[in-house]
Amino acid sequence: MMGTKTGAERITAAFAEGKQAFIPFITAGYPAPELTVDIALALQEEGAAVIELGVPYSDPLADGPTIQHASAQALSYGMTIGRTVELAEKMRSAGLTVPLVLFTYINPVLQHGPERLFKDMEASGIDGILIPDLPVEEAEDIEALAHAHARPLIQLVAPTSEQRVEMIASRASGFLYCVSSLGVTGARAALGEGVTRFLEQVRAFSSVPVAVGFGISSAEQAQMVAPYSDGFIVGSALLEKIREAESLLMCEETKEEGFHIVKKFVQQLQSRV
Amino acid sequence: MSRAQLSEQSRGRFGAFGGRYVPETLVNALDELEAAYEDALQDKAFQEELAYFLQEYSGRPTPLYYAERLTEKLGGARIYLKREDLNHTGAHKINNALAQGLLAKRMGKREIIAETGAGQHGVASATVAARLGLKCKVFMGEEDMKRQKLNVFRMELLGAEVIPVYSGTRTLKDATSEAIRFWVSKVDTTFYIIGSATGPHPYPKMVRDFQRIIGDETRAQILKAEHRLPDYVVACVGGGSNAIGMFYPFLEDEDVSLIGAEAAGHGVNTNKHAATITKGTRGVLHGTMTYLLQDEFGQITEPHSISAGLDYPGVGPEHAYLHDSGRAAYHAVTDEEALDALRMLCREEGIIPALESAHAVAETIKLAPTLSPDKIIVVCLSGRGDKDVTQIYEREGGDQA
Repeated sequence: MMGTKTGAERITAAFAEGKQAFIPFITAGYPAPELTVDIALALQEEGAAVIELGVPYSDPLADGPTIQHASAQALSYGMTIGRTVELAEKMRSAGLTVPLVLFTYINPVLQHGPERLFKDMEASGIDGILIPDLPVEEAEDIEALAHAHARPLIQLVAPTSEQRVEMIASRASGFLYCVSSLGVTGARAALGEGVTRFLEQVRAFSSVPVAVGFGISSAEQAQMVAPYSDGFIVGSALLEKIREAESLLMCEETKEEGFHIVKKFVQQLQSRV
Repeated sequence: MSRAQLSEQSRGRFGAFGGRYVPETLVNALDELEAAYEDALQDKAFQEELAYFLQEYSGRPTPLYYAERLTEKLGGARIYLKREDLNHTGAHKINNALAQGLLAKRMGKREIIAETGAGQHGVASATVAARLGLKCKVFMGEEDMKRQKLNVFRMELLGAEVIPVYSGTRTLKDATSEAIRFWVSKVDTTFYIIGSATGPHPYPKMVRDFQRIIGDETRAQILKAEHRLPDYVVACVGGGSNAIGMFYPFLEDEDVSLIGAEAAGHGVNTNKHAATITKGTRGVLHGTMTYLLQDEFGQITEPHSISAGLDYPGVGPEHAYLHDSGRAAYHAVTDEEALDALRMLCREEGIIPALESAHAVAETIKLAPTLSPDKIIVVCLSGRGDKDVTQIYEREGGDQA
């Protein structure tokens, strides 16, 4: 089924059901490397349209405390960008069919070698890449590789992008990641007031699906952005739930119980869209 | 200049280094900052106001002092000290903090944030905030807060809020990351005063331009004193703001050798050092492409230096460029060498240098005896050591026990 389609086509197709797409973010290697594969499968089972797979990084500038914690824990297991790609391959062998987007800061990409990374992504069934500290002005080389390997570089727009929205949207492929509000990743009690107007603007310029992320942690928030977007991304809130269930997940006898907690949360998140 | 060079320059490149690797949320703010900065550079009123503060408030120009006894003791080249330690707040950091503070005000920002390692930039920012009537938050690693208790208290006295940073290694790197994270959340109202010649464009260029007064004054002073340029200019390099300010006006003077003293910690062949140029590899940290201490997977590794101000795993991108182009040389100085240099400067000249600046003095102590007395070395004494006295006292107490 991955056959002849490009990564961008596979990602865009995941939005095509006319239903608000649910895009979970997980940190590779959190809470432990072997569990990441099971978590991805559980998320697929519960209706994830696309999965963002985060490469843990020592200095995640765009991330709040939850993802910082998950990254530090994953790094303590020796997780690297190369091992993250291997995990993706294991997910594919274990039956994961939804598109996978690699989320990584630029520095691990540079050390791994950008070209080598795109080849590895191709070999292991990763469909696209998102680099939060690579604005379009610095992205030329990576965009060329993304094009050559038919694996899109997912673009981000922020509430402060203003006149840049049109330019960024015109380069978007796969989907356009819309940062809901100022600040780093992490659960927020309320989304910014201007978020719906901002989303309307973005949508007017975008020819690919628009997904909203940063701070979405409840079914109510997902519902609020639904009329103005095609999907929503949940990272920190999901990782917090995984952390809550961590001790259950880490033990063979209680693993099922742990997954039950995570799955229930994921069902609940999607209950209003 | 060719069009390609101009376009490189406008993107904040120094050869392969520099640039702007930041979340999209910050890009417009950096564009605005760049525009405001370029505008201020051309504005006579801004330049006059800055010159007024540098002179009347900070006490510039700082002296270029002939270190007669140190010169005699080492028996080689004549040594001059650029006394940035005599600035208000005790270090060169005030030059940049004043300028950026005035720029913040000009841009209508009411709140400034800053990161700090040794606390010198934090103190300078808190000072400027008090004087200009701005609110100030300073991000500081919890480990550095322990090392630099006195500076924490100073910042609080000056009305700033010191925010302890518990992430990562709890030092300057993490304080910078946390300041950037905070800035992302308040970018519409807050001005981020970066203290070193690093970070995303336009910071490395802007900080250099605000610190070049060190080199400009030095150049004029040495010409007056010796009727010629020095043979060597030496400065310590963490992020590298005092060094780039010192070096920049001498870049075209090819007979002047430029030497940066990096922190070798316990030694560059141990894993406890902060010698980014000597031992580092290319990568991106805090928005800029430069040399970094990192592992083969691109994870930033923990630096070490006795001096909190040099305890940073990156370096300003222009230094990376000056190293690669061969225009400047970067040598590593250990904790012990820096401490010995500090003691020697205390005893010979009655000047207690900051531990950071002691690295530049140590490099000079190695260099001077190899040169004849007709050679001239100018050292940037970037800060005074009052802040370090407790740390050294505790360390020596520990040695005796």
